Amino acid sequence: MDATAAKYIGAGLAMTGLIGSGAGLGILFGNYLQAAIRNPAAAAGERTYLFLGMALAETMGLFGFVMGLLILFSK
Amino acid sequence: MAAIEPMEQFLIHKVVNLPPIPVPGLGAVDLSITNSVLFMLIAAGLLSAFFFAAARRELVPGRLQAVAEMLYGMVDNVLTGGIIGDRGRPFLPIVFTLFLLIAILNLLGLTPGGFTVTSQLAITGTLAVLTFVIVLAVGFARNGLGFFKLFWPAGMHPAMSAFLMVIELISFLIRPFTLALRLFGNMLGGHVVVYIFAAFVVNLALFGLNGFGLNTLGLLGSGLSFAMVLALTALDLVIAIIQAFVWAALTCVYLNEVVNLDHGH
Repeated sequence: MDATAAKYIGAGLAMTGLIGSGAGLGILFGNYLQAAIRNPAAAAGERTYLFLGMALAETMGLFGFVMGLLILFSK
Repeated sequence: MAAIEPMEQFLIHKVVNLPPIPVPGLGAVDLSITNSVLFMLIAAGLLSAFFFAAARRELVPGRLQAVAEMLYGMVDNVLTGGIIGDRGRPFLPIVFTLFLLIAILNLLGLTPGGFTVTSQLAITGTLAVLTFVIVLAVGFARNGLGFFKLFWPAGMHPAMSAFLMVIELISFLIRPFTLALRLFGNMLGGHVVVYIFAAFVVNLALFGLNGFGLNTLGLLGSGLSFAMVLALTALDLVIAIIQAFVWAALTCVYLNEVVNLDHGH
C-alpha cells in the first residue's frame, strides 16, 4: 500500500475515538434528562456538573481528533 | 464546481503591515496586525464599550446595566459561588473575564466574514497556560508545599496511594492540553462542518442546473444542505456559549481543588 493512502486510512481510523465520546455524551445527557424529569427541582443545581461531564467526555474524542491531525500533518 | 477549501477560513493574513521590531533575545519580531489580532481587538473593544456603557451604578438598573448585572450574578452564583463557595469571591474577576472573552471571540467567529480567533491552537493554548499558571500560583500561595497533598489520595494503603499519585499527577499535568484542545477542536470542527455543507449548497445547485432528470435531484440536495447549514449555525451559537461556560466552570473546579484543599468542599 502506498504510504499516503495508509496515512489517510490511519487518520480516518483515529476518528473512531469519537464513537466512545458520542456514546458517553448520550449516556450523560440521557441520564441527566431522566433524573431531571423525576426530580425537576434538583435539575438546575446539577447543570454545572452536566457541562463538566460533557467537557470530560468530549476530551476523549478530542484526543482521537488530535491523533488524526498528527497522522495527517506530521512529516 | 466551486473549489472546496474548508481550512482556508482559518488562515492568518496581515491586515496592517508594521515594520519588524527588534526584541532583545528574540531578534526581529513581526508585530503586524493580522486578522486574528484585529478580531481580538474588536472583542476587547466591544466588551470594554459594553461595560463602560453598562456600569452606571444606578439604584434602578437600566437595560444595559440589567444585562451586565445578570451576567455578573450568573457567574457569581453558578460558577465561583456554586463551585468554589465563599472563598471563590476573589477569583470572580478572572473567571468572569475568561468567560466573556471566550464567549465573544466564539460569537464573533460566527458573524459573516468573521475570523474565529479561538480556532487557533496558539490562542487557546496561551489561555490554557494562563489558567494553569493561575491555578498553580494560587495553589502554592495558599498552601505552600502542602499543595502536593493534592496528588496524595488519603485513606488507603500507602502503596496504592503512591500508584494513584502517578495517575493524579498525569491528569493534573494534562489539564492545559485538554482545555486548549477542547475549545480549539470544537471551534475548528463546527466551522469546517458548516463550510462543507455550505459548499454542498453551491455545488449541488450548480449540478442541478446542468440539465433535467437525475440532475434535478441536485436542487433538492442543495435545499436540504441549506437547511442543514441553518441548523448547524444555530447549534454553533449554542456551542459558542457552552464552551465559554465550560472553560470558566473548569477553571473554577481547578481553583476549588487548590483553594479548599484542606476543607474538602
